[in-house]
Amino acid sequence: MMVLHIKGVTKSFGSLVANDNISLTLNEGEVLALLGENGAGKTTLLNILFGHYVADEGEIDVFGTQLSPGATDAAIDAGVGMVHQHFTLADNLSVLENIVLGTEPLTSWKLDTAQAKAKLTALANEFGMHIEPDKLVADISVGERQRVEIMKALYRGARILILDEPTAVLTPQEVDNLFITLRAMVAKGLSIIFISHKLHEILAISDRVNVLRRGCMVGEIATKDADRDSLAEMMVGREVSRPEVEHMEAGAPVIELGNVIVAGGRGHKPLLNGVSITIHKHEIVGLAGVAGNGQSALGDLLSGLRTPSSGTVCIAGDTVVDYSPRAFITKGIGRIPEDRHARGVVGDMTVWENMISENLREKPLWRFGRLIDFDACREFSRNLIEQFDVRCKTMEMPAKQLSGGNMQKLILARTLQNEPRFILANQPVRGLDEGAIAAVHERLLAAKRAGAGVLLVSEDLDELFALADKIVVIYHGNVSPPLSVGDVTVQDIGIMMAGDLSHGEKFDRAGAA
Amino acid sequence: MSDLLEIFLTAGFWAATIRIACPLILGTIGELICERAGVLNLGIEGIMTIGAMSGWMWVYQGGDLWTGLMFAAFIGALFGILHSMFTVHLGLSQHVSGIGITMLASSLSFFVFRMMLPSSTTPPKIVPFKPINIPGLSDMPFLGEAIFSHTPMTYFSFAVVPVVIYVLYRTPVGLAVRMSGENPMAVEAQGINVLTIRTAAVATGSAFMAVGGAYLTMSAFDAFYFGMINGRGWICVALVIFASWRPGKALLGALLFAGLDAMQVRAQQFAGGFIPYQFFLMLPYVLSIAAMIVMARRARYPKALLIPFRRGERI
Repeated sequence: MMVLHIKGVTKSFGSLVANDNISLTLNEGEVLALLGENGAGKTTLLNILFGHYVADEGEIDVFGTQLSPGATDAAIDAGVGMVHQHFTLADNLSVLENIVLGTEPLTSWKLDTAQAKAKLTALANEFGMHIEPDKLVADISVGERQRVEIMKALYRGARILILDEPTAVLTPQEVDNLFITLRAMVAKGLSIIFISHKLHEILAISDRVNVLRRGCMVGEIATKDADRDSLAEMMVGREVSRPEVEHMEAGAPVIELGNVIVAGGRGHKPLLNGVSITIHKHEIVGLAGVAGNGQSALGDLLSGLRTPSSGTVCIAGDTVVDYSPRAFITKGIGRIPEDRHARGVVGDMTVWENMISENLREKPLWRFGRLIDFDACREFSRNLIEQFDVRCKTMEMPAKQLSGGNMQKLILARTLQNEPRFILANQPVRGLDEGAIAAVHERLLAAKRAGAGVLLVSEDLDELFALADKIVVIYHGNVSPPLSVGDVTVQDIGIMMAGDLSHGEKFDRAGAA
Repeated sequence: MSDLLEIFLTAGFWAATIRIACPLILGTIGELICERAGVLNLGIEGIMTIGAMSGWMWVYQGGDLWTGLMFAAFIGALFGILHSMFTVHLGLSQHVSGIGITMLASSLSFFVFRMMLPSSTTPPKIVPFKPINIPGLSDMPFLGEAIFSHTPMTYFSFAVVPVVIYVLYRTPVGLAVRMSGENPMAVEAQGINVLTIRTAAVATGSAFMAVGGAYLTMSAFDAFYFGMINGRGWICVALVIFASWRPGKALLGALLFAGLDAMQVRAQQFAGGFIPYQFFLMLPYVLSIAAMIVMARRARYPKALLIPFRRGERI
């Protein structure tokens, strides 16, 4: 039985057509996967379904009746529930308060919390989900928050559940638990739309896949007829080649952290709690961990933005005394920052100005003492733009107008032209499309061949396993010993990401030099 | 020193504290409601002024005291709706709009006052709320004079606090208001219109502010004059932070500030000879800055305060 029918939905934001005449159907008791790259229009489509956006054209039928557009309450009443990618929860309120909001008329003089709690507990038991109603949302883990989001939808009697990139924030074990819950829901007749760009998850959970590319519906396939490569090709629109990783003998250490402690704010736990990591020449070390476990502090430390409270940082054998970005750049540290908009580029300055920003003090860019030599700067940038294939209309345009991929190429060009001995690559491909991802990965591998050591920070384990030689797991500011990629599985890393760092001890310590 | 201690032993000091606290309580509660919904309302100074003027004018033109209060609340709500038009619906800067509302409402109050009463040299007076003696209780020694011999509006000001606490923490609409100030997207995702909730909260809060202003012209004094509010609105904005956005603490903060104010008037009398009186005028403000520094460190801001919510935009 068809429970949902989206008919010819079109939605534009300015000149960008986010959804172009998209139609899809959903049957009862089915998991439909919506696959597409970042920016393909998946979230926009479902935000229209849930009433956050109003479509320019097209209509939506839920259980045979037309849904009034642009009204979340209408969608909820029709039995649609949505688990947002960025959870829509209020941290300072309790789990119960977050769930019951909107369930009782606003004119009512009393909130029946006892009854609400009973109903919530019954629902949680029915679907085998553990929930503590009285805790503050701020005090619960990311996995629990997601359960609260799901519970919010079930509490309102949702029969169609939309999950927008639900696995992005979870450890592999939490993903398994989520899938168990989803299967229980389907068994009870609920229908699910599952958005993702992770192929193995889609293959594991869905019955049918719809593929979106650049705002258009480009294909539909039953999951049993699909495999990884065919899905990837549908999503990207051409065959996807994986980067060739060659194993190389690691050389001398380029950077060594010795028992580094970085204090948190007053009354907080340390951000880094005695971290020791060594990265050698010709080596990519992957840093795995759920977001917020100290990756940002480590990134800041290795960029020279933060001074450790104790412990040492050695660059190519010399202990660092001057913790400043300038000193780090001079010593051959290249940085690809986590948030390229906030820290990577100055959006309102031109492409060439951003391009020269790390070489500002160097001779050829100056003349007459301390005046910018514009011709030399433009020449300098023109070379890099060509060499790194940064696509921009002119180098005089503001850097913020570059697409994500080209902005990242600009940062890579600026960083790599100094031939750094160590590269901190913090989430280098987040939010990029497949083409740009391949380009970034190829550059990092080339840098490794040329002799650089790389620390690759990523939340995507597939990326780490594809590129890294060793993996280090970070949890609450502590790191595991380095593990050779060949020795461990995604499951092992997942267990460690959830807090059991000692799980890594049973493997040989890779390169414990 | 013993002179200072004696101040606390007079019933008059405590009665004055309670009187001075009332407009602060109403203003602070009003500001708190706005901010809990995520909207800073710096229009408070002007809204208190126009509340003071309009309530008084209603009575001066022959209206009754209680309907005068309602009129003041109504005018306050109108200016609250104006503020929310700019900040909630158009998503403009809450600071700029708030300052604008203050300038508009203050100037309009004086303009209307002069327009309606062009030729008055001495400020015209009304018959304000009279103290009522609560039978039995007001005859008690000390407490009778300190607590049980106030005007009905004073009791009303104090009664507002538990009502607001109940509504904010025990009703669905209160939950929606608090959630709007924490994460408006969560409110939207539960099918409730954030803009409506915020507009209603700002209008209600502004009505309270206006009634707080009206307390001055209709209960504490009997006339409206220029410079009447004299920064009380700004004190209320500070008291909200002092109270860490909790109504119960807001009541305590208002009483604390009022107590300091009542004390400085009395301290002037015995120390005015050798210390300039300006020093005493300054005291409540200095002490409240000190208290703010201590309290504000632990304050828990509504997370979405100052952040406009725009529906249907790309997230």
